[in-house]
Amino acid sequence: MSSNHQEIYLDHAATTYLDPRVKSAMDLYWEEEFGNPSSLYRTGRRAKDALDGARASVARMLNAKPDEIIFTGGGTEAINLAIFGGAHFYSNILKNVGMSRGHLITSKIEHHAVLRSCEALEKEGFEVTYLNVDENGLVNPEDVKRALRPDTILVSVMYANNEIGTIEPIEEIAQIIREYREEKRKLVAEGDKNVHERLPLFHTDACQAAGALDVNVQKLGVDLLAFNGSKMYGPKGVGCLYVRRGVQLKPLIYGGGQERGMRSGTENVPGIIGFAKAFEIAHEEKEKENKRLTKLRDYFISELQTRIPKVVLNGHPTRRLPNNVNVSVLDIEGEAVILHLDSYGIAISTGSACTSESLDPSHVILALGRPYEYAHSSLRFTLGRRTTKEDLDYVLEVLPEIVEKLRRISPVRMETGQTTVSHPEAFAGQGSKVKVGGKTYK
Amino acid sequence: MEIKPKINTDADVINQYTGEKWYYSDIVKDHFFHPRNLQLDDLVPEKFDAFGMVGSPACGDMMSMGLRIDPQTETIKELRWKTFGCGSAIAATSMFSVMVTENGGMRIDDALKIRPQHIMERLGGLPNRKIHCSVLADKAFRKAVNDYFRRTNQPSRIIIEGARVIDPKLNITDKDIEEAVLEGAMDLESVQKKLKVGIGSPEIITEVEQLIRFYKEKYYG
Repeated sequence: MSSNHQEIYLDHAATTYLDPRVKSAMDLYWEEEFGNPSSLYRTGRRAKDALDGARASVARMLNAKPDEIIFTGGGTEAINLAIFGGAHFYSNILKNVGMSRGHLITSKIEHHAVLRSCEALEKEGFEVTYLNVDENGLVNPEDVKRALRPDTILVSVMYANNEIGTIEPIEEIAQIIREYREEKRKLVAEGDKNVHERLPLFHTDACQAAGALDVNVQKLGVDLLAFNGSKMYGPKGVGCLYVRRGVQLKPLIYGGGQERGMRSGTENVPGIIGFAKAFEIAHEEKEKENKRLTKLRDYFISELQTRIPKVVLNGHPTRRLPNNVNVSVLDIEGEAVILHLDSYGIAISTGSACTSESLDPSHVILALGRPYEYAHSSLRFTLGRRTTKEDLDYVLEVLPEIVEKLRRISPVRMETGQTTVSHPEAFAGQGSKVKVGGKTYK
Repeated sequence: MEIKPKINTDADVINQYTGEKWYYSDIVKDHFFHPRNLQLDDLVPEKFDAFGMVGSPACGDMMSMGLRIDPQTETIKELRWKTFGCGSAIAATSMFSVMVTENGGMRIDDALKIRPQHIMERLGGLPNRKIHCSVLADKAFRKAVNDYFRRTNQPSRIIIEGARVIDPKLNITDKDIEEAVLEGAMDLESVQKKLKVGIGSPEIITEVEQLIRFYKEKYYG
């Protein structure tokens, strides 16, 4: 990976390269300090010390206690542990007081790690409320308030969205949950035994946010916070779940009882050392780096909109990750753009159905209330530490031509602000009628 | 002299969520980067002997096609197309346009016999998940041909698309899937519970999923 014009990597939200400083911090722990932290002899104790050091460091940056840190095998696992672990543990308690299986609240724009977990819980009999977002992708805290129920076990709202970069109002949502628990506490004090005052728990998926935003868990007011190394220039396959003291989870993995019994299995010492180092670097440098990236981001967005007609920004204009640019370039299809850019050595991603496993267009763009064409036309550029203005200028040089070419071959002519599919007549003729904007096409 | 096939070891598209890799053959890439018979200006139906436009709202792709046909021989002299579609759709339609116009042009009746498999063969294959993208060309062509029959006053030749067989092994049609959705089966799993559709034919799953989405939108919005 280099920033010459052979390879321009603009997909840092997918994953990042390893920071060389992280790599050198990990070096010692492969061959020399290879011990198992659970072993009692010196080699083991040294590994334990290193692990404890990493845990203390991560805890410090989260403003948490070391025993509140559970290392996992990545972000997805941390999220699964929070959701399944919380739902399964507290569902049993609810059952004891004669309540239903339990209820969860999440948003429609979560990562699949959250959504698929919630869907799996629905199959087990849990009820899940999927909150809508506004046109910029923001969850309304009032909607959370309205969705809360006595049997709500967990609220899971992401800190920042991976596709459109929108930063959610985590503190406000936490405040609403605290107030709700406060009311429950009063009921308990009055002798109501059918209420569990610890619930609901508040979980946030901070995988995209941890390297860039403030992750002070006290300030955020969350009970559970998941993030991983591979999005912040750390190693892949390592993640962490912050678990507030007093919160209990049913483990996903059983065995030797590592990580306070919540995640058995010999700790990935080199990975965890690298994870902590990556988090430290991000923590120290984020202020300066965010300034640089925000400037590049805004430059890129405004140049895209100047040089290419009909470019619509997806996500919030200001409440967004400093490295995220997501636009719909109307009338063209994302995968075709990606293949063209790839031939120039530029790597980006799209919300077009044509690159997803299920062939569903991006659920995030659709949740913004935009028509299918917007999702198929969406391009995500995520900048990173090695991204320079020259890189972006190169993209700005080649992209307009590609767009021009694809627009000339496209029969679609959307207008910015259009909210229905274009050319509905094209969608008729499957032996069915299609109703679009009050008109029926056959 | 022995010719070694060029093995493409760099994936052309990698799914950001699953890591699944898609490889495109050199022929696919050639047709994608240099599509044949494209209509670069607006495709005006009146300027052609036949015109058809199709799409699928769930998939969001769209294709329009114009034909020039020799009325004496009914051979296709020209096929022009435009698409809002992915790389596979572009390559498949480009290849289709070559197939029906090469060697002086195909007769309409022969061209109607071209199946997506034939296009795939000429392209040197497509990733499994992308096969359905080549169907778009076929659908637009059928619609255009019907338009030709209409314009030339041959209504008896118009092909009415009735129930279409989706799963040839189990003889399941789109109507069966429509009914299953109406009965409340909203995803592949529940439709398969009713119909067993696509079990043993993974290549049709994508189309089944699309139909489910299409009918779901239609009836439940």
